[in-house]
Amino acid sequence: MLHVNDVRKSYPTAEGLVSVLAGVSLDLDAGQSLALTGESGSGKSTLLHLVAGLDAVDGGTISVAGTALEGLDDKGRAELRRDRIGLVFQQFNLIPSLDVGANLAFQARLAGRHDRGWSTHLAEALGLAGLLNRYPEQLSGGQQQRVAIGRALAARPALILADEPTGNLDEASGDAVMGLMLGLVAKAGASLLMVTHSERLAARLDRRLHLRAGRLSDRVQP
Amino acid sequence: MNAKTILVGVWLGLALAGAAVAQGFADLGATVEGFALPDRDRVLEFPEDHAAHPDFRIEWWYLTANLTGDDGAEYGVQWTLFRSATAPGETEGWQSPQAWMGHAAVTTADAHHVAERLARGGVGQAGVTLNSGAAFRAWIDDWEMLSDTAPGEDALDRLALTARGDDFGYALDLTAEGPLVLQGDGGYSVKSADGQASHYYSQPFYAVSGTLDLPGGPVAVTGHAWLDREWSSQPLAEDQTGWDWFSLSFEGGEKLMGFDLRDGGEGFTSGTWIAADGTPSRLVPGALQADPLEYATVAGREVPVVWRLRLDDRAFDVTLRAVNPGAWMATLVPYWEGPVRVTGSHTGRGYLEMTGY
Amino acid sequence: MIRASLAALLSHWWRHPLQLAMLLAGLALATGLWSGVQAINAEARAAYTRAETVLGQDQLDRIVATDGRLTVARFAELRQAGWPVSPLLEGRRAGLRILGVEPLTLPRAAAVPGMPMLGSDDLGEFLAGRLVLVAPETLDRPGVAEALAGLKPQAAPDLPPMTVLADIAAAETLLGARGEVTALLIDPGRPLPGPLPSGLERRVAVADQGLARLTDSFHLNLTAFGFLAFAVGIFIVHAAIGLAFEQRRPMFRTLRALGVPARTLGGLVLAELLGFALIAGLFGVGLGYGVAAALLPDVAATLGGLYGAAVPGVLELRAGWIVAGLGMAVAGTLAAAGQGLWQVWRLPPLASATPRAWAVAAGATRRLQALCGLGLLTLAGGALGFGSGLWAGFAVLAGLLLGAALVLPGLMALVLAAAGARARARGVLSQWFWADARQQLPGLSLALMALLLALAANVGVGTMVGSFRATFTGWLDQRLASELYLTAETPAEAARLREWLEPRVLAVLPIVSTETNLLGQPGDIYGIADHATYRDHWPLLSALPEVWEAVARGEAALINEQLSRRAGLGLGAVLDLPGGALPVAGVYSDYGNPSPQAIIGLEAFGTRFPEVQVLRFALRLPATEVEALATILRAEFGLRETAIVDQAGIKAFSLRVFERTFAVTGALNTLTLAVAALAMLASLVTLSASRLPQLAPVWAMGLTQAGLAGLDLARTVMLALLTAVAALPLGLALAWVLLAVVNVEAFGWRLPMQAFPGDWLWLFAAAGLAGGLAALWPAVTLMRRRPADLLRVFANER
Repeated sequence: MLHVNDVRKSYPTAEGLVSVLAGVSLDLDAGQSLALTGESGSGKSTLLHLVAGLDAVDGGTISVAGTALEGLDDKGRAELRRDRIGLVFQQFNLIPSLDVGANLAFQARLAGRHDRGWSTHLAEALGLAGLLNRYPEQLSGGQQQRVAIGRALAARPALILADEPTGNLDEASGDAVMGLMLGLVAKAGASLLMVTHSERLAARLDRRLHLRAGRLSDRVQP
Repeated sequence: MNAKTILVGVWLGLALAGAAVAQGFADLGATVEGFALPDRDRVLEFPEDHAAHPDFRIEWWYLTANLTGDDGAEYGVQWTLFRSATAPGETEGWQSPQAWMGHAAVTTADAHHVAERLARGGVGQAGVTLNSGAAFRAWIDDWEMLSDTAPGEDALDRLALTARGDDFGYALDLTAEGPLVLQGDGGYSVKSADGQASHYYSQPFYAVSGTLDLPGGPVAVTGHAWLDREWSSQPLAEDQTGWDWFSLSFEGGEKLMGFDLRDGGEGFTSGTWIAADGTPSRLVPGALQADPLEYATVAGREVPVVWRLRLDDRAFDVTLRAVNPGAWMATLVPYWEGPVRVTGSHTGRGYLEMTGY
Repeated sequence: MIRASLAALLSHWWRHPLQLAMLLAGLALATGLWSGVQAINAEARAAYTRAETVLGQDQLDRIVATDGRLTVARFAELRQAGWPVSPLLEGRRAGLRILGVEPLTLPRAAAVPGMPMLGSDDLGEFLAGRLVLVAPETLDRPGVAEALAGLKPQAAPDLPPMTVLADIAAAETLLGARGEVTALLIDPGRPLPGPLPSGLERRVAVADQGLARLTDSFHLNLTAFGFLAFAVGIFIVHAAIGLAFEQRRPMFRTLRALGVPARTLGGLVLAELLGFALIAGLFGVGLGYGVAAALLPDVAATLGGLYGAAVPGVLELRAGWIVAGLGMAVAGTLAAAGQGLWQVWRLPPLASATPRAWAVAAGATRRLQALCGLGLLTLAGGALGFGSGLWAGFAVLAGLLLGAALVLPGLMALVLAAAGARARARGVLSQWFWADARQQLPGLSLALMALLLALAANVGVGTMVGSFRATFTGWLDQRLASELYLTAETPAEAARLREWLEPRVLAVLPIVSTETNLLGQPGDIYGIADHATYRDHWPLLSALPEVWEAVARGEAALINEQLSRRAGLGLGAVLDLPGGALPVAGVYSDYGNPSPQAIIGLEAFGTRFPEVQVLRFALRLPATEVEALATILRAEFGLRETAIVDQAGIKAFSLRVFERTFAVTGALNTLTLAVAALAMLASLVTLSASRLPQLAPVWAMGLTQAGLAGLDLARTVMLALLTAVAALPLGLALAWVLLAVVNVEAFGWRLPMQAFPGDWLWLFAAAGLAGGLAALWPAVTLMRRRPADLLRVFANER
């Protein structure tokens, strides 16, 4: 499903080139979930962005659902994001000008895979059925994140990428949102790669990997 | 009376001819083509010559009077009409080459009132006419010298004279008590050693009565007046810079007209001794000795206001003293003109004019 | 503390030089256009004042003859009666106002600086009629040198343009008016001798504001344009300042936290802005000088063409408009920064509001704005219905423009919502496109209002000028029916020409005219022959039956529309004319002429004005023979080139004058549009920073940066086009008010309004272009952004 092989990435800064990922490899099978933990600045978000095709690798290869990212141009990567990947961010990043219904259906419609039944199911499952005509700023953080999860799943992507999806939520709503997400990911048959710094949440996924100074370790406990 | 020549010359130079002031005090050094020139052989004819001579460049009707008021005070009165031309001849309308300037003044011991008028020729604002009935009229605006002459008399024998300024005015009746006097050689008056000359005659025998309108109220006056008539086209030599002119009447009835044309050197003096019956005797050039004795500061200039005049062959030695040293004519072309008292070998009154100071 | 705080505040601009450039450019542009217009107005007004004060007209009483005929003899009589008066002869020749004075009697108060006075060296030249005084650049105008041939013109800067001051003798000759005197100036320094003789009357000196009044509307027009441009420029300033406040909010917060009092901080920000205002104001005034200098010749031509007002084509620096320009820059800055300043002063800087909250707040503002706008539109309607006069016309214009501008955002929001609703079905991108347009509306609405005003002004003025041009061309075709126009130099030549021509052409129509007073205003009376040419072609707006017969018999007069409107003279009304009144039998259109005019029969004219000689003829002949005849006339009669003019030549000339007349309006129009585009650019640049969080998720969900940039570009163009749609009816309404209300008041004629749909295409093109140009740079920036910038939106440590 997802193959990451020896990926390197560095960013130019005022102090020169800073290496963020120094040869990272991992694999994720279909339907599997993987938690990526690490300190701030360990490069876990960068890895997520690279997998999503939001940024390009300096070296190494990534392939998603059989498609090698390094062979894709900007347009190809945009298509990949649209068709294969669902993104959930800590900041929710809903589209403020669209209401909840439109936000939920946005990516699915963008990908041309809008499935009304599935959407309705998602809205109900996420407890959003009564909120479809509201605008993002009228929702609580937990509600917004549920919209974001729904949006990511609506197109039935092969891979869900989540970056601290509950980082902006309190523990109770975070747990609830996490439960919903895991359940729906499983139901959709998608793989999940989730970045988190919470050991507790990581424990709820199938596998976990720890990223330190741009390298992975399989050590379960720090 | 070259002072007037200078005056008009300067006016002409500044105002009309467009030429800069040059060639000494006057710009009259060069002959102006087309104008008539004074002629020694010409016999003056009256009343015709009382009128204007537009073919000549400059001309004036110049009257000064020494008067006494019913208040016992001494007064001097001046009435002058100058004519000046940029080209000979007269035409109707604004195109006329003639221009006119009037000066009027009343001088008391402590005040000097002056007025000035300017006019273009050709339109009737000013002029001098002599109609067939020998009625003479010289005027500028509402100033007038008008003859009121009985048949058989000269047109200038009786005159009514008016003028007014912003703060004064006068109306005088003049009656001639003697004949016209031809100055120089039968009316041909030489003005320099080089022979510059003018036509010049006078009527120095006027008895005057009338009223002065002064800021303090009207004053009835009587006295004597002297009228000069002169015209020319080029009366000054190039090096002549200024002029002192004297017209004096003595108690014995005799009169003296004298002038002193100043130049860088000795100057040129001349004049006429007039007997009580009007018989003129020409003074040879240089016979008249005129020496300034005292100066006064007038309008920022040093002007001699006390003079000693001498005619050695006539035992004539007098002192002239200005009635009012401040008799400054603050006109377009300024000069000094005012009444004087005469003491010494002869006593009397008269007028003094000085320019170029 | 103050130095450190100020350094911190200013550091922002070093980091964002583009923002600073935008702020200064906007302010300089706004100030520049405003002060440019003010400079033009100041120059024109100074010229009117010069025209009205020349020869102490505003201070010296004058004497005129009750029958209008003063003579030199009368002058001499008055002088001999002790009146301190000086003659003045005034007249026109070859487009020049000739003033003849008599320097020996001229009162000092009437002296024109530079005029030879008594005692000056060149008085002789002046009196001799060789030296005349003319305004410096008047000498360079065509025809002036010929008219003053043989004279020595000398420049006198204090004379109004197209005025010649000469000795009265020279003026007599120039004007061919020997022995005539127009008026006698009374020397105020001398006492008067008594009551005036009969037949004369004394006119008390008044500062006659005639020209200023007549040209008021034109200057008001310019001022309105200047203000429009200023307002549009202030939008830019507002955008730039708004962005700076937004971006410096954390800095304000930090400074406050570090102990800078709100009052001090507010004062520092104010000082900073005032500094910018003064710098930009100075640039603006310089720019204004450039604009004014470039436009002034055309303005001068316009004023000359429309009102006969002589205005120099050269600009002088005047303290008045420089100071006013700087003042406007400061005032504009304060107005644009008011909101931000208020926040710095008052509100504790809390967390920044989210964009959508801003939009919601904007919704309330928008409703209030729309209400105000509707109120203004109602007021405009009221002024149209019940007001009268030029000011009512301008009140209608102001209400219309401002009201429409205020209603625009609300209207746009409605349209965008409706479009968004329909777009839902067409795809999610389309839906987002419209939804996002609505989102952007509050930030762009000021710029869109500016664009609306600029576009509406374009349509309005364009329609007015177009209508004017179409009417004018048609009218010229009618009125210039004759094929050839001749001017003889002498009556004898005129007679010879006529005799020679009569058997050779279809008709020889004499044209005679004289300048005279028509109901108290200087105007012209024409005498025309009884001929089918006039019957068939003369453009009568209204007429009694048998009008031409009545005119030919000398029993009626025709008057131009200006006279009819100004004096309220309708058909059948009686018109006072020299030599006896006549009833008005017809009113004709007379575009481009500022003065009243009347036409009477040729014979009646000859009886009334026997002194006017027939020197001009209109010739009717087949068009194919025109050139041959002109050639023969030149060869046989030695007529000068200018003495023979064919119809096409006159038309070309008239149209050239016409085009120049409206060149200024066109230039100001284009400039305003350019400023509006710049305002949009400024607003978009301001928005682009805050838009990143809105765009990044869409990008993350599968749109390329190029796609996003394209959509942004399209969105702005769409908004500009929508604005153009709104601007079209507004512009037409504007044109209608200009044509039917303002023009009638200002010029005295009404023009039929015509629509020019071709121009509307241009309008949409211009709007799209303005929007596209404004959006291009932000779009390119967006396209070129590094992904890292977009990714930062998703960064957790935000």
